[in-house]
Amino acid sequence: MKRQSRFILSALAFGYAFLYVPLILVVVYSFNDSRIATVWGGFSTRWYGELLQNDSILDAAFLSLQVAITSATAATLLGTMAGLALARFGRFRGRTLFSGMISSPMVMPEVITGLSLLLLFVTLQQLTGWPGQRGFSTIAIAHTTFSMAYVAVIVQSRLMAMDESLEEAAMDLGGRPLRVVFDITLPLIAPAMIAGWLLSFTLSLDDLVIASFVSGPGSSTLPMVIFSKVKLGVSPDINALATIIIVTVSLGVAIAWVVGRRATRPS
Amino acid sequence: MTANAKNDETWRRVAVAVPYLWLFVFFLAPFAIVFKISLADPVIAQPPFTASFDEQGNLAASADSFRFLLTDKLYVITYLRSVLMAGGATILCLALGFPMAYGIARSNPATRNLLLLLIVLPFWISFLLRVYAWMGLMNNHGVINNFLMWLGAIDKPIQFMYTDFAVFVGLAYSYLPFMILPLYASLERMDLSLVEAAQDLGATRTRAFWDVTWPLARAGVIAGCLLVFIPAMGEYVIPYLLGGPESLLIGRVLFDEFFVNRDWPLASAVAIILLLLLVVPIVVLQRYQARDQESAA
Amino acid sequence: MKDFIHIKGISKLFGDFVAVDNVDLEIARGELFSILGGSGCGKTTLLRMLAGFEVPSSGTIEIDGTDVTHQAPYDRPVNMMFQSYAIFPHMDVAKNIAYGLRKEGVAKQEIDKRVGEMLELVQLVDFRNRKPEQLSGGQRQRVALARALIKQPKVLLLDEPLAALDKKLREQTQFELMNIQDELGITFVVVTHDQEEAMTLSSRIAVMNEGRFKQVGTPKEIYEFPHNRFVADFIGTINTFEAVVTVVNEDGIEAYSDEAGETLSALGRQLIEVGQNIEVAVRPEKIFISKEKPEEAGDVCIEGVVDDLGYLGNRSLYRVRLNSGKMVQVSSQNRRRSITRFLEWEDKVWISWRPRSAVVLLD
Repeated sequence: MKRQSRFILSALAFGYAFLYVPLILVVVYSFNDSRIATVWGGFSTRWYGELLQNDSILDAAFLSLQVAITSATAATLLGTMAGLALARFGRFRGRTLFSGMISSPMVMPEVITGLSLLLLFVTLQQLTGWPGQRGFSTIAIAHTTFSMAYVAVIVQSRLMAMDESLEEAAMDLGGRPLRVVFDITLPLIAPAMIAGWLLSFTLSLDDLVIASFVSGPGSSTLPMVIFSKVKLGVSPDINALATIIIVTVSLGVAIAWVVGRRATRPS
Repeated sequence: MTANAKNDETWRRVAVAVPYLWLFVFFLAPFAIVFKISLADPVIAQPPFTASFDEQGNLAASADSFRFLLTDKLYVITYLRSVLMAGGATILCLALGFPMAYGIARSNPATRNLLLLLIVLPFWISFLLRVYAWMGLMNNHGVINNFLMWLGAIDKPIQFMYTDFAVFVGLAYSYLPFMILPLYASLERMDLSLVEAAQDLGATRTRAFWDVTWPLARAGVIAGCLLVFIPAMGEYVIPYLLGGPESLLIGRVLFDEFFVNRDWPLASAVAIILLLLLVVPIVVLQRYQARDQESAA
Repeated sequence: MKDFIHIKGISKLFGDFVAVDNVDLEIARGELFSILGGSGCGKTTLLRMLAGFEVPSSGTIEIDGTDVTHQAPYDRPVNMMFQSYAIFPHMDVAKNIAYGLRKEGVAKQEIDKRVGEMLELVQLVDFRNRKPEQLSGGQRQRVALARALIKQPKVLLLDEPLAALDKKLREQTQFELMNIQDELGITFVVVTHDQEEAMTLSSRIAVMNEGRFKQVGTPKEIYEFPHNRFVADFIGTINTFEAVVTVVNEDGIEAYSDEAGETLSALGRQLIEVGQNIEVAVRPEKIFISKEKPEEAGDVCIEGVVDDLGYLGNRSLYRVRLNSGKMVQVSSQNRRRSITRFLEWEDKVWISWRPRSAVVLLD
């Protein structure tokens, strides 16, 4: 261990406290019996019970999960194709525009993406009658569009780090190109695809701004419902919801970390 | 070319064409529409803007929205405020993120992975809820005020919420990981013996830092700063939840213009100008990321 | 049948860059042929055109009488062993080796049998179900070899087959490779940057530079009779003297060299005219060194001073400064200890060689 200076150590301590103290406090206050969320009124789990009876939150959570699963799957398919095209097909016509379009959605401010997609849907509706109603499908399309960029980048960098002669070797041994993709390329980029799917899934669950633009009346995602509640101030059942999310994510990441460590440990 | 080889070409075309078409329709085309609508006039109708062509088929474009935006002080000030707030948050993130990234890059491998994991973990937890967490902290009766009063440092609550300070903190908190990761990547790649060599050649620790570490980390610094600055410029949730009514940022103005005032042409014009402001940083960022990917390959 | 592989006027351009420049080559069945050159000389591009990964910009490739120039890699009777070995990391050893047969649609029993034979050939029978990450570098190399041989290709291409191995393993593997080639009688085309490897392995070598063949011949021809400066320099060390041709004979020339201060004779294999500027080249081990002027009639003798010397055990190296200032390298076997032992720095010496030891270099 190299010795760290006191300045660096205190920056680390402060930084991690900055990142985690707010989250820990939310977890603590979710067990607060008091309705006024900032005053401690004794330990209780009543807010979890109330959360489970809140239909609007449950409906929104269900819609969000549907959208997240659909868009993550579509984004993984499209993004993998795009990543393959960028990393393996060499130069093709329109490649510059393609790679530009792939990386732009990631850095585009959400308000712009949301606004532009809504205006597209409105225009499409005027011209073709579709989408008649905005909701599940429009949100899923919007989420697919920005998530596929992340998948494409993850897949592309995995492919660039991968020895291209693996695919050439398979082709040399008689594998036709499409066969080689299924025999060699896809199994080897599977971890990147899974990572891409998980990231897309999270991004979709996380998105408030874009969904607010492209959803229609009667279809609110979980972040939209949360937002409409917290606009009015701190609310104890949101604390409970946040706690569920924080604990689930932390457990998931912890398990993945332990499994990953065991897998990489030399046998 | 044999029939087989032709077949092999077909799937490649499909693999390019499908995502290409998708992005064309759902990413590129919308911008054209935003531009088109920004040149229309607002009307009370469904949809609430005039057509690009009047009944005689003449082009009916008006730059009224843009003219309004650029002459009305409110919008000019809001753009400037957005740049200042986003810039300030970027500097805050850099000041805290650099020593953290440095410390992580210099820690031993086992600790390093855990520390990195803890930087990435918040990404997976809802952004909205992380901003929300600060509401409970900064309230007049929130944890910070209660704590300070309990200490006796203050006798009445300090107003944190609904101030620019709260927006700064919220921005820095939310985007800190975006700063640390690229910084870490460039610092981790750096050979520690370079700093030792500089010190060996007579540089003080501070000198060695400015002569060796900083220039070598520059790519990471630029990428990190842009990754914080660009989304912060368009931020909507943080100013809405933590900022006061007068702490307007451009993302929030766009949102309100669209949903509250239903002035679609003006909202579109706001978006176009925001995009123009961000074109340079976005292009610079993409150039850095492309270079980074090449050097990694 | 000399033209089992027949490459006719092949070129490959990448944009403006000419990677392979109008190359002609014939390789016989069963040959172990090496293409030798530095990095960027075009040797790998040439190999990749043989494998089908690059389509030539012009020219044709025939293998066993069939034009394969535009055949896809998966349709060619050619297999390749990659420099990185390209072992599929998600398949075990047996699956890796079986891959080619599986794509051919060979019956499972037949596959098992032939994989077994291959494992025996490369001595990996006990490693059948190992994953690639559990193999050493040498074992990986043998898996790659077995995988490329199982389809019994007409030609096996090997891209730097030994470069990834350490020195000791490399020498051992060299001979294994030669034995396997001998046993199977498959034509091998090897690409390498290592001249020693090419010299030991090959029946013939093509020395390549800037997309062209500088010389094609047996290892002996290439070493003893280099055609040009590049080949002479690339393989081993050589001393060269600038000279002007004075006499042209049946089988050689005489030329006066200012650097040597002497008239030098040499074997000339090309068309040379009197008055032409050439270089006369002699390998260090072909030069004798002595304190007294040697009496041998007809030898070239030049006087000089020992500038530097090095003792290498089995032989000694000397750098001799001639009167013109020209430095000449001499390598001498140490069995003639009684003579060379007395040589010290700044000793006056005579260097000499037989006229037949020298060759003419044109460019």
